[in-house]
Amino acid sequence: MGRRTPLFELHRELGARIVDFGGWDMPVQYTSQLNEHHAVRRTAGIFDVSHMCVVDLKGVKVRAFLQKLLANDVGKLRLPGKALYSCMLKESGGVLDDLIVYFLTESWLRVVVNAGTRDKDLAWIRAHADAFGVAVTERADLAMLAVQGPQAREQVSRLLRRDGAQAALELKTFFGREVDGWFIARTGYTGEDGFEIMLPAGEAAGVWRKLNAAGVVSCGLGARDTLRLEAGMNLYGNDMDESTDPLESGLAWTLALEPPDRRFIGRDALESVLAQGSARKLVGLLLEDRGVLRSHQKVSIPGGGTGEITSGTFSPTLERSIAFARVPATTGERVQVDIRGKLLNARVVKPPFVRFGKVLVDLSEKS
Amino acid sequence: MSNVPPDLQYTKTHEWVRTLADGIVEVGITDHAQHALGDLVFVEVPEGGRTVAVGDPCAVVESVKAASDVYSPVAGEVTGGNPQLAAEPEVVNSDPYGAGWLMRVRPAQGAALPGLLSAAQYTELLASEE
Repeated sequence: MGRRTPLFELHRELGARIVDFGGWDMPVQYTSQLNEHHAVRRTAGIFDVSHMCVVDLKGVKVRAFLQKLLANDVGKLRLPGKALYSCMLKESGGVLDDLIVYFLTESWLRVVVNAGTRDKDLAWIRAHADAFGVAVTERADLAMLAVQGPQAREQVSRLLRRDGAQAALELKTFFGREVDGWFIARTGYTGEDGFEIMLPAGEAAGVWRKLNAAGVVSCGLGARDTLRLEAGMNLYGNDMDESTDPLESGLAWTLALEPPDRRFIGRDALESVLAQGSARKLVGLLLEDRGVLRSHQKVSIPGGGTGEITSGTFSPTLERSIAFARVPATTGERVQVDIRGKLLNARVVKPPFVRFGKVLVDLSEKS
Repeated sequence: MSNVPPDLQYTKTHEWVRTLADGIVEVGITDHAQHALGDLVFVEVPEGGRTVAVGDPCAVVESVKAASDVYSPVAGEVTGGNPQLAAEPEVVNSDPYGAGWLMRVRPAQGAALPGLLSAAQYTELLASEE
């Protein structure tokens, strides 16, 4: 038996298929993964993401601590509630985890890290926090729900008191705030508008049922994966890990190299890679032949060189197969992928594939 | 509860076999299998003329989540794959024992099909797997 979130019994009652995910017993789908995916693109869906790990960091030097620990710069966070996506690196430049950090006060920041990396992340954070006098508190008392889709914010706001609803609806993208005892953030992992809500564990099942009753569809981790891949968002453990750096993982945009005197962990290693140029890059692929791209399939580059799919799936929105692949930096627009011994044609495209319900890649055949 | 039609034969790997009037057999995956796989988005069926042995991977069914092999329950020559599934793989989900058939095979040794399960035996297998 794996670890269970406060919503485990509800998932079972709703008929979810439960699978192991990073040591957690999680719902992969309730009825149909395709229907769950489409609900988020077209109306609204709700996900249990309580397996993710919420960590509060408190202390007068908490900002300086995170400026050392994270590859993105929490110095950018000036307005209360503002969120930032960042990698946490090893000295080698390899990615320990990706996370979201919320700026709550000058002495209190909150990070949300992945479930599968929780133990090593907490150990790493604690090992570096002492020198800055920062207190590290895991918030196991909180459940976390993601309500995503074009109708998601409106649906959540109806559960709140009038002034709270107004405050939630006024949240700008990538901001969070405390509302009626919940922490509500306009963030997500689907490419749609919506909220992620951290709330007392005992309240989560009631909120879920109310949202279901209002038409919000229960969604499992299966739909979460196809939604994030369409949205061009990386998955830790698939698209990057300790053996790859952000530059070869499509995450250069998350690195804050200014100011040059901010010597975050991993910076030295990244500077040597930058000086030489990365040998590899992470790209989006659109399969032009029939089939389904899957992680670990081999990619052949015309003229020589090989790569590998890091995440692949059938895209329910495009009704085509899409993927991320790590390939040589010199790779052009055309590649072939080995699927069960057949070389199929794929085109390199710039993610995201889908954002706010709209297809962003050209689906027409090119030759 | 999965649908297990009484007039078909089955395998432990969740294929079904129907003997047609001309001695050719039709092969598909069971209702239990399609349900376990979830929404199918791609199906690859064999072309006519291919020879298959019992247990050969002969087709691939892919859901959003994963690809799964389908194993031939019989030995013989494939007379054709279901042409509808290239454009409409979801038919395997909606009608696994009818329009969702995968391939038709002319058995090598006539009508005798050793090693297959009856509907009652397959139902028992499903019960034991739960």
